[in-house]
Amino acid sequence: MSDNKEYLDILSGKADGITIVPAPPGEPSAMVDKATIRETLDHCRYDRDLGFNMLVDMFAIDRNDGEERFEIVYILRSQKTNARITVKTRCGDEGIETASDLWPAADFLEREIYDMFGVPFANHPDLRRIYNPDDFEGHPLRKEFPLEGKDFDKRFVVDLEKA
Amino acid sequence: MGIENNVLVSTVDWLINWGRKNSLFPVTFGLACCALEMMVASCAEYDIARFGAEVFRPSPRQSDLMIVAGTLSKKMAPVVRRIYEQMPNPKWVIAYGACASSGGIFRSYSVVQGVDQIIPVDVYIPGCPPRPEALLAGIIELQKKIQKETIKDRPLISLSGKSA
Repeated sequence: MSDNKEYLDILSGKADGITIVPAPPGEPSAMVDKATIRETLDHCRYDRDLGFNMLVDMFAIDRNDGEERFEIVYILRSQKTNARITVKTRCGDEGIETASDLWPAADFLEREIYDMFGVPFANHPDLRRIYNPDDFEGHPLRKEFPLEGKDFDKRFVVDLEKA
Repeated sequence: MGIENNVLVSTVDWLINWGRKNSLFPVTFGLACCALEMMVASCAEYDIARFGAEVFRPSPRQSDLMIVAGTLSKKMAPVVRRIYEQMPNPKWVIAYGACASSGGIFRSYSVVQGVDQIIPVDVYIPGCPPRPEALLAGIIELQKKIQKETIKDRPLISLSGKSA
């Protein structure tokens, strides 16, 4: 695999608010300010020197360390150069802007993050729960969510209208 | 002496039950890894056909038996209940595996803790997953149970949509 450092350097020259985070022994990644994440992702997708046309994965981590507790991670791949980079950002309950118009794959991944963490994505075409039932309360992967969930052992009542 | 102890009724019972227990057509339906063991049971090595259950019907409308094989999530529960309601009477249910019987290892917000919370179960088969022999044993137990039934509880002709 080609060294992703050079692509991170190109990326940090294109947009503001980018810090390159070393991660020995793993790959370094770009930590981006919430204010410029949309612009940065747009560069990643469409810039001639970068051209990361594939969103391999997108997920969130609940760091639970203050206001901007959620870390949103994008793993991008260029099918032209076979390069891979990791772009990260931090946000709170207010969420960030969607990337589903840049990579259609982000549509369901953002719905998953919304379902499990309660992070909303602005301008998402269809932001609703994807794994849990629509009337589910809470967001299971948040740190304050109880391990087994509330009332998990209560008798389950089926609403056939939902089937 | 009423009709319940009639020799004719008990003879008809025996005949009807003999027919019912030897033609248990299961609905084609699996939820998780247990379904793979169920498929193995239907293949030549174990040959579920020996018990009259070889035809996994592609529609619940043609089925007698529902083998709930696997973890039932709360999102899937209304779908399973609907398939059960679509099956015509008489119908039976086997809870196949630990998850279908009790929720298994998934003490979790997303998993129904046993399918008997949403549909009536006749036979529980423990195991994670149970071997195909266990399914055959479960079907034999169900056949024994069916042989003891009477047409007063399970009428010859009944409208579907009403739970047993």
